[in-house]
Amino acid sequence: MELAFALIIGSLTFSGVYLVLRARTFPVVVGLTLLSYGVNLFLFSTGRLMTGGQPIIGSTDTYSDPLPQALVLTAIVIGFAMTAFVVVLSLRSRADTGDDHVDGNIPREEPEDHQSIEQPREETGQ
Amino acid sequence: MTLSLVVLLPFLGAIAAPLFAQGGRTAIAIASSVPALLALATLFPMWGTLAEGGTIVQSLEWLPQLGINLSFRLDGLSLMFALLILLIGLLIILYARYYLKPQENVGKFYALLLCFKGSMLGIVLSSNLLLMMVFWELTSLTSFLLISFWNHKQDARRGARMALAITGGGGLALLAGILLIGRIVGSFELDDVLAAGDQIKAHALYPYALTLVLLGAFTKSAQFPFHFWLPHAMQAPTPVSAYLHSATMVKAGIFLMARLYPALAGTEQWFFMVSFTGMITLLIGAYVALFKHDLKGLLAHSTVSHLGLITLLLGMGTELAAVAALFHIINHATFKASLFMAAGIIDHETGTRDMRQINGLWKYMPHTATLAMVAAASMAGVPLLNGFLSKEMFFAEALSLNLPGIWAWIPPIVATLAGIFAVAYSARFIHDVFFNGKPRNLPIYPPHEPPRYMKIPVEILVVACILVGVFPAFSVGPLLNAAASATLAGEVPDYGLAVFHGFNLPLMMSVAAFVGGLIMYSQRQKFFDFHARFKEIDEKAVFEAVVSWLVERANSFTALLENGSLQRYAMLLVVSAIVVAAVPLTGMDLIGSNGLTAIDPPTAVGAAILIFCTLGTVYLHRERLTSLIMLSVVGLLVSLTFARLSAPDLAMTQISVEVVTIILLMLALYYLPSWTPTEASAGRRTRDLAIAGVAGVGMTLVTLSMLTSPFSSISDYFLQNSKPGGGGTNVVNVILVDFRGFDTLGEITVLAIAALGIFAMLRNRQLSAPPTDGQGHPWAFDAHPTMLKQMSRPLLPLALMVSVYIFLRGHNLPGGGFIAGLITAVALLIQYIASGVNWTQARITMGYHNVIALGLLFATIAGAGSLAYGYPFLTSTFTYLEWPVVGKFEVASALVFDLGVYLTVVGATLLALVSLGKLTPAGRPLTRTEARKES
Repeated sequence: MELAFALIIGSLTFSGVYLVLRARTFPVVVGLTLLSYGVNLFLFSTGRLMTGGQPIIGSTDTYSDPLPQALVLTAIVIGFAMTAFVVVLSLRSRADTGDDHVDGNIPREEPEDHQSIEQPREETGQ
Repeated sequence: MTLSLVVLLPFLGAIAAPLFAQGGRTAIAIASSVPALLALATLFPMWGTLAEGGTIVQSLEWLPQLGINLSFRLDGLSLMFALLILLIGLLIILYARYYLKPQENVGKFYALLLCFKGSMLGIVLSSNLLLMMVFWELTSLTSFLLISFWNHKQDARRGARMALAITGGGGLALLAGILLIGRIVGSFELDDVLAAGDQIKAHALYPYALTLVLLGAFTKSAQFPFHFWLPHAMQAPTPVSAYLHSATMVKAGIFLMARLYPALAGTEQWFFMVSFTGMITLLIGAYVALFKHDLKGLLAHSTVSHLGLITLLLGMGTELAAVAALFHIINHATFKASLFMAAGIIDHETGTRDMRQINGLWKYMPHTATLAMVAAASMAGVPLLNGFLSKEMFFAEALSLNLPGIWAWIPPIVATLAGIFAVAYSARFIHDVFFNGKPRNLPIYPPHEPPRYMKIPVEILVVACILVGVFPAFSVGPLLNAAASATLAGEVPDYGLAVFHGFNLPLMMSVAAFVGGLIMYSQRQKFFDFHARFKEIDEKAVFEAVVSWLVERANSFTALLENGSLQRYAMLLVVSAIVVAAVPLTGMDLIGSNGLTAIDPPTAVGAAILIFCTLGTVYLHRERLTSLIMLSVVGLLVSLTFARLSAPDLAMTQISVEVVTIILLMLALYYLPSWTPTEASAGRRTRDLAIAGVAGVGMTLVTLSMLTSPFSSISDYFLQNSKPGGGGTNVVNVILVDFRGFDTLGEITVLAIAALGIFAMLRNRQLSAPPTDGQGHPWAFDAHPTMLKQMSRPLLPLALMVSVYIFLRGHNLPGGGFIAGLITAVALLIQYIASGVNWTQARITMGYHNVIALGLLFATIAGAGSLAYGYPFLTSTFTYLEWPVVGKFEVASALVFDLGVYLTVVGATLLALVSLGKLTPAGRPLTRTEARKES
């Protein structure tokens, strides 16, 4: 059981980190979602793994640890809020720069090109 | 705490004085004088104790753990400085009343002046070195603001910046020095530090502490090579120059050396560092002063020179030299302040400070001229004036230094040379300004005497110069005695304050200085020509160049770490997280003492699918929709994991969040490209794979080790008290709404903020959506299929009922506000998807902002309600009610709180998703059905 659980967390972390290091916004968002699954599972497991021990008083003899559960419950909801925020941020970035690269522009462009993009944007900003 | 009052009064005055600015300059000048008068009245009764060599220390604990106390100390030395600060401060207030123009911001000026005065008093009266440091920095800041008072002038801003950079930098060194002293002594209280002089000097850290403290003192007191900021600070209004750069601020460094004299002085290192710095400063200042055409520039360099003189005296290390230093502090403050004020009057009346233009003013302002000439004579060291007395003492000390061999000649020669220059530049100040032909091209012509009262401060100071010069023992004897006793830790040498000491070597030196100085002045053209041969170094340009070089270095260093690439930051973040986590975890056991437990086949299959889909999400991440479907499977299995591992609440939360997340990502995909291009090189991908691999393996090992180790939890408390204390059997829910209710309140607030942030980012935005999907297929023929529409509408009341049920049972069974809120949100979202934003929006009239606000309000009110009954915030109570039909029903006040959670979750989720859904751009191509309808 523990080994399987550890492997789940490991694969979620691996996948999350790899996707977070990508250059486009959407994979990064997916990566963050995977990472938050991993983090939530990890936090949850600090109370150790137990089957059939739901922390409802009177429903069973031994209870699993309710505290990590309460913490993870809010973490799930806040994780959703964060995901939503990042998604919208990436949409806004795409609307403003016309591109979905995480840096707002594709690197290694010609410097002159870069200037000509920058210039009008500054003017409209003022 | 009367002493703290003395320090506090000017600050209070700084708040009050600007209120009088409406009443005109006279009103605010009078108001600004009050703090100083009150402070003087407070100090006056203490003189009795001090005259007998006593010390008054008053202490109040502030941060005793750190050795910082609000302790103040009054002894002879601090009294001498406090009197200089207060009395000259009063004269400056009067002078500034006439110097400033009515249209200038006099309120700001007087407020800053009073702040500065309070800071200076703080330095001299602090008995705790760290407290003194606070005031020390305050003088740097307030003087910065005062120098840049005319902040429309670029020179004023630059001069102020230079002064701040130099004195502020010195302040840092001083702080380090003070911390070292505190480490050596074990206390920051002056009493302890002064008593531990031998201990400090014998300590291995003494050279460092001394160097750092002296750096602070030298920068503040404009000693070589930091002297250049002082002349540039002359861009300040003249009252500021007269106050800060003659009597107070620049004397702070001198004060520090005198204050710590018993603790630090008397070693060879002290002697060489202090006296040589003083000697060089003395000569350079005097030499440059002669060639300055600017009146204030001449005075500024002369000030540098005199500060060097005082430093040299303190560096000599003999007791008589220390007395001479203290005496010269008083004398220099009086004659230099009056000279600055006279220069200000001349500037005021002629419109210029250039001595090549200002000539022959004797004819136009004889009264001012007389005053300025007496003060300048004192600066030159003419007998019967105070400057003569201390200079004579200086010459005597220069002669009595016991240096080996030829070195013994250096101090007297330097002293005489500096005396010659001093006479020469004083002669220039007198002759060039008041005689020497007629004025040339004055901006204001003809000049005349200033307002009567503007001259009063100058008159008072000049009278003081004469009084001290003629009756030294009578006028300043007692004060000097008390100050010397404090500086020398009680051992005052036998010194004679007399006007005439007989025909001796010092007198010869004075005579030589006079004759030499007058000859030098009469032959000045030759010296000017000689001086002009050297290219003058523009200190300001050098300083600016150094500063911009530093800024450039800092920028390129920043650019090294921060190049604007999020990818790179993410990489650095992950790598540093791995490194930071790996270091303490290297020695852990792979499998803890609890060992592994067996796994049942269904769980094993579930785990395998979960891992497979996770890796699939990565493998297929270029095809975004496929990868999203994989992701949804992962989310589903995570919620199953929770369900399997005794966490029903988490399973329910996860599955509802999952639905909302996938809808959100689908919506986002509509506006984003549907596939990801291959950009990264193979090397980059391998690197990322390696980083991710290390992170994944690391997390696996950490988790494995943690899961198999024994642990103890604080949760027993929650399990035992959930029912009797919180009135609910669902411990997770009771923790959320009761035990840790405050956390939950914070979390729903974060949720609300995130939703509002999303709303703000998307408001009035339109995104262009592609006319077709990634493969070039047109979008669906029917935007809102009839089947979906018909199915979703009857589903809504059912779903809402479920959510009410989940909500109400949450306290005792899996459920609660979070889960119910998500279910409601999903139910409403289905309407948006099935029937379109416009259709749904027309039927839901309440704005989601209001729902969020209402939710937070409920949660807060539920928490605050307990306050009314005298319980702490968020204390919950519960009772059982008999409801008709339903029967016995438990009502907990936590239910109101949970309702707040529910409303916030509904509002935030819908606000976020609907803002996104409403982005449908004006330019979106019509689907075929729509097009058909249009036609």
